[in-house]
Parts: sequence; structure tokens; C-alpha cells
Amino acid sequence: MSTRTGTYTLRSKRRRATLVAKRRKAALRTAAFMSPWLIGFCVFFAYPLISTLYFSFTQYDGFAPPKFDGLKNWSYVFDEYTLFWPALRNTLWLVVVMVSCRVVFGLGIGLLITRIKTGTGVFRTLFYLPYLAPPVAATLGFVFLLNPGTGPVNSLLGELGLPTPGWFTDATWSKPALTALAVWGVGDLMVIFMAALLDVPKEQYEAAELDGATAYQRFRFVTLPNISPIVMFAVVTGIIQTMQYYTQPLVAGKVASGVMGGSGQQFEPGYPDKSTLTLPQLVYNLGFQRFDYGSACVVALVLFVLAMAFTALLMRRRSGLIQAGE
Amino acid sequence: MSGNRRKTAAALAATAAISLLASACTGQSSSGAHDDASKETTINFWHGWSAPNEVKGIQATVDAFEKAHPNIHVKVVGNMTDDKINQALRAGGSKAPDVVSSFTTNNVGKFCSSKAFVDLNSFLKKDGIDADKTFPKAMNEYTQFNGVRCTVPLLGDAYGLYYNKDAFKAAGIASPPKTWSELAADAKKLTKTKGDSYEQLGFMPNYHGYESTTEHYLGGWSPTYFDGDGRSNIAKDPAFASMLTTQKKLVDDLGGYAKLEKFRTTFGDEWGAKHPFHTGQVAMQLDGEWRLGMAEDTKPKFEIGVAPMPVADDEADTYGKGYLTGTIAGIAATSTKQNAAWELVKFMTTDTDAVVDFANAIHNVPSTLAALKSPKLKYDPRFKTFLDIAANPQSTTTPPSVNGGAYLVSLQNLGFDIEKGKQKDIKAGLEKTAEEIDAAIAQAK
Repeated sequence: MSTRTGTYTLRSKRRRATLVAKRRKAALRTAAFMSPWLIGFCVFFAYPLISTLYFSFTQYDGFAPPKFDGLKNWSYVFDEYTLFWPALRNTLWLVVVMVSCRVVFGLGIGLLITRIKTGTGVFRTLFYLPYLAPPVAATLGFVFLLNPGTGPVNSLLGELGLPTPGWFTDATWSKPALTALAVWGVGDLMVIFMAALLDVPKEQYEAAELDGATAYQRFRFVTLPNISPIVMFAVVTGIIQTMQYYTQPLVAGKVASGVMGGSGQQFEPGYPDKSTLTLPQLVYNLGFQRFDYGSACVVALVLFVLAMAFTALLMRRRSGLIQAGE
Repeated sequence: MSGNRRKTAAALAATAAISLLASACTGQSSSGAHDDASKETTINFWHGWSAPNEVKGIQATVDAFEKAHPNIHVKVVGNMTDDKINQALRAGGSKAPDVVSSFTTNNVGKFCSSKAFVDLNSFLKKDGIDADKTFPKAMNEYTQFNGVRCTVPLLGDAYGLYYNKDAFKAAGIASPPKTWSELAADAKKLTKTKGDSYEQLGFMPNYHGYESTTEHYLGGWSPTYFDGDGRSNIAKDPAFASMLTTQKKLVDDLGGYAKLEKFRTTFGDEWGAKHPFHTGQVAMQLDGEWRLGMAEDTKPKFEIGVAPMPVADDEADTYGKGYLTGTIAGIAATSTKQNAAWELVKFMTTDTDAVVDFANAIHNVPSTLAALKSPKLKYDPRFKTFLDIAANPQSTTTPPSVNGGAYLVSLQNLGFDIEKGKQKDIKAGLEKTAEEIDAAIAQAK
């Protein structure tokens, strides 16, 4: 009896060992197949993220090795760095207004172009082309078009007897002007929305029409639920892009302030009156102009947390962009 | 150890390992001045010049150096931005620069304090060069920080006043202004309004009027930016409040910030032919020595006059001084060929003929006292104004700081707020800005 039991135990142990070995082999195989992604994730995401967190607690000028200095960088950025709060307010303003405008206009133009019968290709090309313009060139073009002294837009507005805003030279109008620039280049979203709109089953529209649904009701109860994952995609990627908004406000501020020089020339950050200052500009200002990588990492982490928070907020079912069953 | 605990421990270990890796990856490579400069060697020289005449000028200087030092070959890399230079200074390696020149004199404090550039004092001493007797005073100041001389001046820029002689004659003004009160009076006489704008503006006082920045204005006041302890002195030195008040009054007297700013938007590019001084939109312009050549190239319809910038009313006896800045040159701490690199730096910055030839080529101000007096210097007679400003011991500059030009940005931001009327109490504004500057410097230390 005891010998039999002992034999069973031995067999059971062997079986378990074989099973463990098999599982380990399978895990290794899985890891091997996943390794290209895992390596990419570790090198391009995990390592930079952990490094950024680590540097945010150090004094690091890029030349001498970093020295741990606790929360000094965090308290400096939040309490003493006068550009942080204006930049944060501007970034949030752009996230809310610019992203909303881009999604609304992208969807609106997509809807119009999918409805028209003739010249679809021409309109699609016309609306998509601005997206291909390099950001610096597009911004320069807008600054010159909206120049309050010599620009054609204000000349036209003046002739029509309408108010002539200062656009990029007026703190009240600089962010709306940047939003107009972003909406002008909405071709990327238009194409994505068009693809989604053409994918909505026609039978659902026919059924809704038979039920007497109005155009608004068809859009609200047929179109929107079908394209909501795309709207979600547009909003989330839009938020992340806006969090990284750097080139256009920097170029607009520099050109409108009259400073187009290069190395060694001072310029007003966020001209006019800090209204075009965004958080990514601070990362550059602190890291590469003030040699304060620790504080630059703090701002980068603020951006990371904000992007995560916005995404988490939108990913909730109650946000209306996630449908039941998704 | 349970599975969860083991996983947590592994995660912590991985995090610690990555953190250690992050810190380990940021050290600097070792270097030193142990090379033999008499042996055959090749050094890398990075500079920021990009215009064809500038590139040709610096190449001619390097050619002359190679002729004088046949064993040292120089690999020249131009059009280098500060970002690329900084990255190379951090990384080091065989392709990194041994000799660097940068336009950003504001970075000298960081280059010296971080030891990114080597201290040149021992090299100067070894070759018997007395920096105080070689370089103009202001240039001597902006190339060192806290006793560490990690750079030397490689040509300079002097700021003066350009004026439209025809407009002066028409307005009945006999000579250029020597004090700021005189400038204000002349500017008003020269200004002709047209509707809600201007046909001709006497002087564009707004800080966005290209070179009319706070630090350039302050050249007429001889300010002391920092006290003996390295703390901001802007709230204590009356020069700052005086300058900010003078500028604000001029803005208001000439039509107010909004009107002037709207007129400014009609100006052409600072570096283009449609510069407002070239076109006659403004009759006086604060600018660097380069403007003379640029303005004459556009064949303006008036005669151009050049004079030193006016000085503060209570410093009228110091008329002739001005603001100075310029290009700097140094040796990268990561260089393994520092002795050979020093030979190039020494040649470019202290050899009188080399300095004069380069200044002639790119129309900058020579950066040695000997070169300023050299008979080989070729220039328009009006350019002499800038040579005199550079040689004037009362001319000033902005001192290097540990965090680059951050203190100048803070001061300039205060200026913007004052000129547009957002900050009405100048004294309170200066005190707050001094605190901001001190906090930023404490953060960088």
C-alpha cells in the first residue's frame, strides 16, 4: 500500500515537472515571438519613462552626472517657474477647443463630401491638401495672411466695416488663430471620418427613414453610434497631438514678435503675453536653454499624466464614446 | 516567497537596474591635454556660420592656420546650432568637436560651471597671453564665469545708433542725440503721423522693434546685473528702473504701445531688404555693426549716419560707450587633443592678422585690442564708431549666468509688461523679477 502510494507520488511529481517544463517552454516561445514588441516597448517606452521619472528627482544639467535632490524640481516648477501655469492653461485651452473644433469640422466636412454627388474627388483633394503643408510653412503663411498691418484678411474685414483683430499679435486672438490653422489642416480627420461614414450600413438609414426619423435623428441614432469608435480615436489622438503642440505656436510667436533670428537671439516666450506658450515649449526651454533637465522632466511627466487622465476619462462608458459591448 | 512577492521584487529590481543604467549612461568621457601638438593630428572644429561670405571667411582663417601649423589638420563643420553643439559636448567621441564656436554668449556660465569647456587659463598662462591686455574689457568679461575662463572672444558685435541723415536735416536736427532725453525729443520731431498710423516714426521704442531689447537699451546705463553674492541686483541698481521708465515714457509719447505695435506689424523682416530703417519707416534704429553693410546693400534713398547709442542723462560724460557681445570659442572637455585644439583657438582669437582678416571678411568687430588698432583693418569710415565702442572701457555687456540667459528673459518679460501697461509699479515689478531670477539661479546651482 505504502509502496503503491510512493509510486503514485513519484509519478505525480514527474508529471508535474513535465507540465512545468512544458509551460516554461511555451512561455519562452511566447516571449520569443513577442520579443520584437517587448524590446521596442522597453527601449522606447519603459526606459524613457522610468528615466524621466528618475531625472525629475535629480539635478541634471546634461553635462555633469545627475544628483538626487528630492522634490526640489517639482516645487520649483509648480511654485516658482512663472511660465508653468500660463503654459498649462494654454495647453488645456487648446486641448478642449482645438480638439473639439477639429473633430467637429473633420466630421462635418466628411459628412458633406460623402453626401455630394459630383466632384467628390476634387473636394476631397482640396480639403486634404492643407494637411500636407509642412507645419512651419503653414504657420508662416497664416501669420502673413493674418498680419494686422499688411495681411489680406484684415484688409478685407476692414473694407467690409468689420472689426480687425490683432490675431497673432493679440493675446485674446492668438489661440483662436492657432485653432483656425489647425482646422485648416483637418484633412487627416476628414479622410478617417469619410471611411467610417461610408462603412455605416445603408439598411439602418433606410429603416430609420421608414420609421420617420429626421435628418438629425438619423445622425444621432444611426451615424453616431456606428462611428463612435472613430470619434473616440480622433479625440484621443487629437488630445495627445495637442499635448505635444510645439512647432506652430513657437513659429507663430517668433514670427509675429518680429524675431526670426537663430542662435543667441532672445525672444518673448509665448508671444503675445505668454498666450501661445505650451507645455512642450517649456520642456525645451528648461532642458535645452536653461540646462535644467530635472525640471524639464517634471513638465514632461505632467504632460504624461494629463494625457493619461484625459484618455481614461474618455474611455469610460459614461463618456458616450464607448458603446455597450465594446 | 509567494508568486506575487517574487514578481514585485523582480519589478523593483528591474526598475532599480534601469535607474542605475540611466545614471550610468550620463557620465562624461575622460579627456585631457596630454596630446603632442607638434605631431601629425586632425582636430574637429564646429561653428555656426552659414552665410557664404562667413563660411568663406572662417575657412580662410583655418587655411591660414593649417599653413602656419602644417602638422595640424582641421576638419571644419559649419552651420551648427546650439542644440547640436550641446549634444556633442555631452556625448564626446571621435566625431565630436575639439574646438567649438558659438554665438550664444549667454551660455558661457553653463559651459564654464559644468566644465563642458576646459579652463583656458593654464593655456593662456603657458603661452604668456594676458587676457586683460589682449581682449576689450566687456569681451573679456563675457567669456569667463566665476574665475573660470572657458572661452575666448572670436570677433564681436557692438551696438550703436543708425540715423537717417536726410530726415534729420528735414526736421532741423543738426547732430545725433547723445542722451536719452535728446533721443526722445528728436524722435518726436522726426515722427509724422498718417491717419491712425505713421508715415515716418522717429524711433521704434517697443521691445519687439528688433534689436531694441532691454539688455541693449541698458548699454547706455552701465547696469550691474548681479551683486557680489551672485544675487540679482535689478531691484537695487537704479539704472534698471531708470531705463524701464525712460522706455515706457517714450512709448507713450510716440503714440502708445498698441499704435506702435500695430505699426510694427507693417515692418519687413529684420534680416531682409524691407527692414523699416532701409525703407525709411523709422528714422533712427538701435542696431549692431552689421546693419551698415546690410542697409547700404539695399541702396537706400537717404544718407545713413552712424553714432554711439545715447546714454542716460546723468551719464552724459560717458557718451561713446555701448553694448557689446559676440561669438565665443572654446575647447570641448571631451577632446583628447586639447593642446592641438588650443593652437587653433589661440590662432583664431589672438593672432592679430587672423582676427583682422576674419573681421574684414565678415564685417564684424575685431575682438582683440591690437586688431582694433590694426592698419590692415578695412572698413567704411562710419564703421569706426563700432570699433571705438568696442575699445571703450566703459562699454558693457551682460554677464554670464549659471542658467544661461534666463535672467535676461525674465527682465525682458518685465519690460514687455511695463511697456503695454500691464505692470504699472516698476519698483514692485523689479523686486518680483529679482526674486524670480534668484529662484531660477538657485534651481540651477
